Amino acid sequence: MSLALGRRTGASRRAMPETSRAGEIEAQGVCAWFSGRLVLELVDLDMQRSKVTALIGPSGCGKSTFLRILNRMHEVVPGAQLAGSVKLDGLDIYGPGQRAVDTRRHIGMVFQKPNPFPAMTIADNVLSGLRFSRMSPANRDDLVEEMLSKAGLWNEVKDRLGELGGALSGGQQQRLCIARALAVRPRVLLMDEPCSALDPTSTLRIERTIKEIAHEVTVVIVTHNMQQAQRVSDHCAFFLAEENLPGRVVESGTTTQIFGDPVDARTADYVHGHFG
Amino acid sequence: MTTDSDLQSTAPTEPVPITSRAESVSSPGLGPGLHSAAGGSLLLEQPPRPSVPRPKRLPSPIRPSDIGGPDVVVLVAAALSSFCLVWVVFYQLTLLSGIFGFLVCWYALFLTLVWVGTAQLVERQAATDRVVAVVVVTAAALIVGIVVFIVVWVAAKALPTMHWGALFTKDQKNFQVAQTDALAHVGILHAIVGSLEQVLLATVLGVPLAVATAIFLNEVGGRGVRLVRTVVTAMSGTPSVVAGIFIYSMLILTHVLPYSGFAASLALIVILLPSVTRVVEEVLRIVPSGLREASLALGAPQWRTVWSVVLPTARSGVVTAVLLGVARIVGETAPLLFTAFGSQVLNANPFVHDQGALPLVIWSDVRQAQPVLIDLAFQAAFVLMSIVLVLFVAARIFGRTKGKKGKATARRPADDVLPRMFVPVPMEGDPGR
Repeated sequence: MSLALGRRTGASRRAMPETSRAGEIEAQGVCAWFSGRLVLELVDLDMQRSKVTALIGPSGCGKSTFLRILNRMHEVVPGAQLAGSVKLDGLDIYGPGQRAVDTRRHIGMVFQKPNPFPAMTIADNVLSGLRFSRMSPANRDDLVEEMLSKAGLWNEVKDRLGELGGALSGGQQQRLCIARALAVRPRVLLMDEPCSALDPTSTLRIERTIKEIAHEVTVVIVTHNMQQAQRVSDHCAFFLAEENLPGRVVESGTTTQIFGDPVDARTADYVHGHFG
Repeated sequence: MTTDSDLQSTAPTEPVPITSRAESVSSPGLGPGLHSAAGGSLLLEQPPRPSVPRPKRLPSPIRPSDIGGPDVVVLVAAALSSFCLVWVVFYQLTLLSGIFGFLVCWYALFLTLVWVGTAQLVERQAATDRVVAVVVVTAAALIVGIVVFIVVWVAAKALPTMHWGALFTKDQKNFQVAQTDALAHVGILHAIVGSLEQVLLATVLGVPLAVATAIFLNEVGGRGVRLVRTVVTAMSGTPSVVAGIFIYSMLILTHVLPYSGFAASLALIVILLPSVTRVVEEVLRIVPSGLREASLALGAPQWRTVWSVVLPTARSGVVTAVLLGVARIVGETAPLLFTAFGSQVLNANPFVHDQGALPLVIWSDVRQAQPVLIDLAFQAAFVLMSIVLVLFVAARIFGRTKGKKGKATARRPADDVLPRMFVPVPMEGDPGR
C-alpha cells in the first residue's frame, strides 16, 4: 500500500486541479504516551477537506502532541509512543509500509517559533522542501514567487531573495516558513501556535494567509487565542486534561456551535474565559 | 529619549540619505518648515522627523576603558606602594627569597591596596567590581604577554641568522661542521614537506572520521553514545607519546608499515580525532532543534537534515574546529619520534622511508653543539609558528558565515554618520512598520 506518491515535477503537480489536493484527516482512537505516561486518550477527530480546524484548550492538554501525531513528528521525540490510527484520505499513515518521510511531504507543518534555515537564502528556504525530496521544480523563480505570494510575503522580500533567511523580522520569518511548507504542495498544513511569538499585526497577516490558502490545503491549527480560533476556523475541537488525567477531546463541532452554543459546560467556561 | 519603535514608526518607505544640518540649511530647495523646531542636527529630505539624539555609550562599572583619572592614580599608587612594602618584608625583614613568591605577594597586596584605595572614591561594592576588573584585565594581559614574548623571542633568535633562499630549498644533508657560512647550505625543506604531507594525510583521513563521530554522538544517538563519548574523552587524555608508541608497536614493529610519514599521520590522527570530535559535537549541539524538526517536517530524511541543514548551520564552528585541530597536530613531536623517525634528507613520498618534520628538526637540532644547527632549529620553530598563525587566520576567515548577497547595507546611504544599529531599516510594504 502506498500513498500514491510518485516524484512528480513541479510542473505536473501544478497541472493538477487545485481543489483535488486538499486532504482529509481522520483520527481514530489516538492515544499518546511520553516515557510510559499517557498524555492523550482516545481522540477521535475528523479534519475536513479544505477547512480550517482549530484545536483549542489549556496548556498541557495534548493539542500539540495530537498535532504532531498527524504528521508523524511525534515519533521524533525519544520515549514517545502511540496507539490508534490516523487516516489521510482513507489511508492509515501509520499503516505497515508507510514511511514517515512520505507522510510529512503530504502533511506539512509550521511551528510555534519561526525556524527558517539560517544558512540558506530566502529563495533557497522556499525551495528547501523540494530539494530535500529530490524534486526539481520546472521554474524555480516562478515557484518562489508563487509560494511567497501565497504566504503574503512576496512584496516585502522580492528584492532581497538572496539574503539569508534569518535577516527577516519574526513575522516575516513565520510567513517564510509557511511559504516553505506550501512549496512541497502538501495536502494538509498543520500549524502549532504559529502566531504565539508574533505581534498583533503579523498575527493578522498570517490569519489572512491561512484563510487564503484554506481552499487548496486543509489547515489544522493549534491556538491559545480564542479570538483567533473564532476568526480563522470552520471547525473547533476543545481539548482538556483534567487533573492527573490524560488529555482528551471534550467537544468538537463547527466553530459557530462551539463558541455560540457549546454542549459541555467545560467548553462554555473555557471559550468564555471563565476557566480555572 | 526617542525609542527604537518611534524611529520605526516614522521611517519612510525608502532609505533616505541623512544630511547634516549645515548642508540642508545652505540648500535653497528646502522650505523653512522642513527644519526641525528643536534645531536638531539631522534633517531628512522627505517628511520631517524628530531629531535623534546622538548615541552615547552607557557607563559600565567594569569596562577597563572607563577607568580614568583618579582610578589610574589609585592603581599606580597601589602598584608602587605594594612593590616597596613587599620588597622590604620579603627581602629585608624575613628570610624569604625567590622571584616567584615575591611576584605573588606583590600582586596580592596590590589587589588589596587597589580595593582599599578605590573604596575611598566609590562605594564598597563598586570597589569590588573594580578589583575584579583589575584581576580579569591582568590575567588577559599576562596571557597576551606570554604569547607575544614567545613569538618575539623565537623571531629574534631565528630572523638575524636566517638565510631565506637556503632555508626553503635545501635539506640538511650538506651540513658540515667546519663550514663558515653553513646556513647557506642547509635548510629545512625536508621538514616542511614532511610536516605538510603528514598533517594533510592526517586531516584528510581524520577529519571525516571525527565529524562522522560527532554526528553519531549528537544527531544519531542510541545505545552506544555514552560509551563512545567516554572513549573519546579518554582518548583526548592520551599522552601524545603513547599515540606514537601505539602505532610503532602495532604497525611498525609488526612490519605492516615501514617508518614513514604515513605511519606518523596515523599517530597524529589519534591526537586529532578526540579534539575535533568533541568540538564539532559541541558545535552541533548549539544548532537549534527547531531547525531539525522543520527539516524533518518538510519530508527530509535524517541524513538530508544533517547534511543540508545542521552542518551548513554549524559550518563556521565546524571549520574552526577542524583548523584548530590541524593547528594542534602540526606542532606535535612525540607521535613522530617512532613513526616518521626524522630524516636529514628530503623524502617526498610519505609512504616509504623515514621522513623529516618541523617539530623533529626543532627537537633534534636544538640539542646539538653546533650553533648552526641551533639556529636552524629556531628557524624551524619560526616557520612552524608561522604555519600555525596562517591556520588561525584561515580559521577566522573561512569560519565566517558566508557573505550575504544583496545585503541591506548596500542600500544604506554611504555617508551614514550614525552607527548601524541606530538607523532603522524600513521594510517595504510591511504594515507593521
